Amino acid sequence: MNLETIAIILGGLTIGSALMVIISKHPVRSVLYLVLTFFMISANYILMNAQFIAIVNIIVYAGAIMVLFLFVLMLLNLSRENEPKSSIMVKLGAVIAGGTLFTVFIAALKDGVAVAATTATDADSIGLVENLGHLLFTKYVLPFEVSSVLFIAAMVGAVLLAKREKQIIE
Amino acid sequence: MQSLTDRKKVVGNKEMTFKEKLYLPAIFGGMWITFKHLFRKHNTLRYPEVKREFAPVYRGQHVLKRDEQGRENCTACGLCAVACPAEAITMVAGERKKGEEGLYREEKYAEMYEINMLRCIFCGLCEEACPKEAIFLTDRLVPSTFERDEFIYGKELLVEDVNLRIDITKRQLTGKRTEK
Amino acid sequence: METSELIEKFIVIVVLFTVSLGVAAYATYFERKVAAWFQDRIGPDRAGPFGILQPLADGGKLFFKEDFIPEKAEKWLFILGPGIAMFVALMTGCVIPWSTAMEFGQSVVELQVADVNIGILFIMGFLSIGVYGIMIGGWASNNKFALFGAIRASSQMISYELAMGICVITIVMMTGSLSLKDIVVHQHGFWADGYFTWNVFKQPLAFLVFFVCALAETNRAPFDLPECESELIGGYHTEYGSMKMGFYLFAEYTSMFISSAVIAVLFFGGFNFPGMDNFEGNTLALLGVGAMFAKTFFFIFVFMWIRWTIPRFRFDQLMHLGWKKLIPISLINMLVTGLVIAYLEGWFN
Repeated sequence: MNLETIAIILGGLTIGSALMVIISKHPVRSVLYLVLTFFMISANYILMNAQFIAIVNIIVYAGAIMVLFLFVLMLLNLSRENEPKSSIMVKLGAVIAGGTLFTVFIAALKDGVAVAATTATDADSIGLVENLGHLLFTKYVLPFEVSSVLFIAAMVGAVLLAKREKQIIE
Repeated sequence: MQSLTDRKKVVGNKEMTFKEKLYLPAIFGGMWITFKHLFRKHNTLRYPEVKREFAPVYRGQHVLKRDEQGRENCTACGLCAVACPAEAITMVAGERKKGEEGLYREEKYAEMYEINMLRCIFCGLCEEACPKEAIFLTDRLVPSTFERDEFIYGKELLVEDVNLRIDITKRQLTGKRTEK
Repeated sequence: METSELIEKFIVIVVLFTVSLGVAAYATYFERKVAAWFQDRIGPDRAGPFGILQPLADGGKLFFKEDFIPEKAEKWLFILGPGIAMFVALMTGCVIPWSTAMEFGQSVVELQVADVNIGILFIMGFLSIGVYGIMIGGWASNNKFALFGAIRASSQMISYELAMGICVITIVMMTGSLSLKDIVVHQHGFWADGYFTWNVFKQPLAFLVFFVCALAETNRAPFDLPECESELIGGYHTEYGSMKMGFYLFAEYTSMFISSAVIAVLFFGGFNFPGMDNFEGNTLALLGVGAMFAKTFFFIFVFMWIRWTIPRFRFDQLMHLGWKKLIPISLINMLVTGLVIAYLEGWFN
């Protein structure tokens, strides 16, 4: 079995589990399928010899963010009975928006497919820690630092939201 | 007020020192205490092989005694039932017939005598009340069963066998009956 | 990969699997013994001499119990939960280097299933996945106590993973590699250049924080809030019985074994031991296995020791300790470590 077949099977599984996220009726199940999707994506990374990104993807997304999602969903106790009914107009709008996004993605990725296939078999290790670190701190140092500023802004916002304003009692 | 022991500790909400706030000295202290217990003598008795020694005054399952000639001591006077704080004792008195002199010591005897072992609190007041030295508590344990009615002990379980006398001397040595 | 290499790896995997399960089984026995000793009792001593067959009796009992699934439970997730817990607990063992390589005639066998260059991240990743077993099981039981246990487990895991990760980063900074094998080799021997080589002597604070986090990540006392009996009956495994329950218990003891091994690898030199330069070849490897297991078992004992000494935290105390104490401490520790490394490499000259 060569790498290409594995890549095709993995891709199919990834898309399948991603579809299950939106198909499954219970939100908790959706989240669990999303976790599965992240695992599939990590497997794709490993296929591209990017082990560091693969494992960080698992730690950050599957291990932390999805746990928080699941945490909130379990507390909310959503079920099909108390799901808000959406009108036809909203549904139509959603279909149009989603379809447009889909078209844009296809248009954008139409030329990129061939590139992805070559990196899959490439033996040199772009995703390994040293190379990644070098790239991040030399070539991409500006985007890296700017994104860290973004994170700080998000953190400050979260702290502000969490801190209740002091009530003034007259 | 003067305290009864010298182990009194005044509890206060005082600010903790830095050393106390670290908690680590306290944690290590606690772990040292448990560690010392590793080398202590254990208190377990391996029960069926080793049995815990009973106190000589231990009050276990009752026995209805016979006298030296093998006659039942009990005359069904009912004092034990009256004395019983748990109301665990019931009896029916009967009259001794001709030819039964070898069975019962007095003219009146207990036809039926029952102790509900689930009610009994093993206080020993029946033994104190008995004027005929008929009922005694022994160092035997009441075995457990699954059914409630099996805990109501009749005469067949309470009266000692003529040939297998139950030893109650330990209790008599500590009791006041020895002076008589 | 050649066939012989595959067979070698297969044997190593099977041995590791068996040893993990065996250690987990005997950890249950040992836990009861240690608890008994700390409380001046004897502990289980009826099954076999000194009760050493007790784990078999326990396992047999669990196998023959009724495998019950509550009517309103999510059936598949209910079954999946313990499976994930067990799978994750067993998976983490495969990146731990148990000793140096052994030689059998021509072939050289590494006593490590996979020397991935991101070994420590692999362990962190699987630790963070481990909470899914508890969460899925707790939610699928459709029981409020189980749900409480699951929610507590998830928030606890997320909180303590951060401090744990930062402590790992300090070690990685000192070693310059994410591979567990490199981290162990870096701590070669016991004494070099006038100081201890083991990381615990260089990073005592990181060790302390890491150890506390390891307690929390394995849900061991005093952090056993997800399953605390006094408040939540059994927490996430309230509705579980039979071998599914057994899987959860086994997973806890397996992850305790793996955590102890990771602590030994990161901070106590793994298979290194004083005077290891006098040996070589297979003797060194076997002694290394001995040293590694001695350290691991010592930490399993410490886990139990703590469980039978310290009472359980309240939930707000748990969060307070995790977010307001351990994370700042480990961050400062990381900063100081970075400065010292920079100074030693001559950045300030």
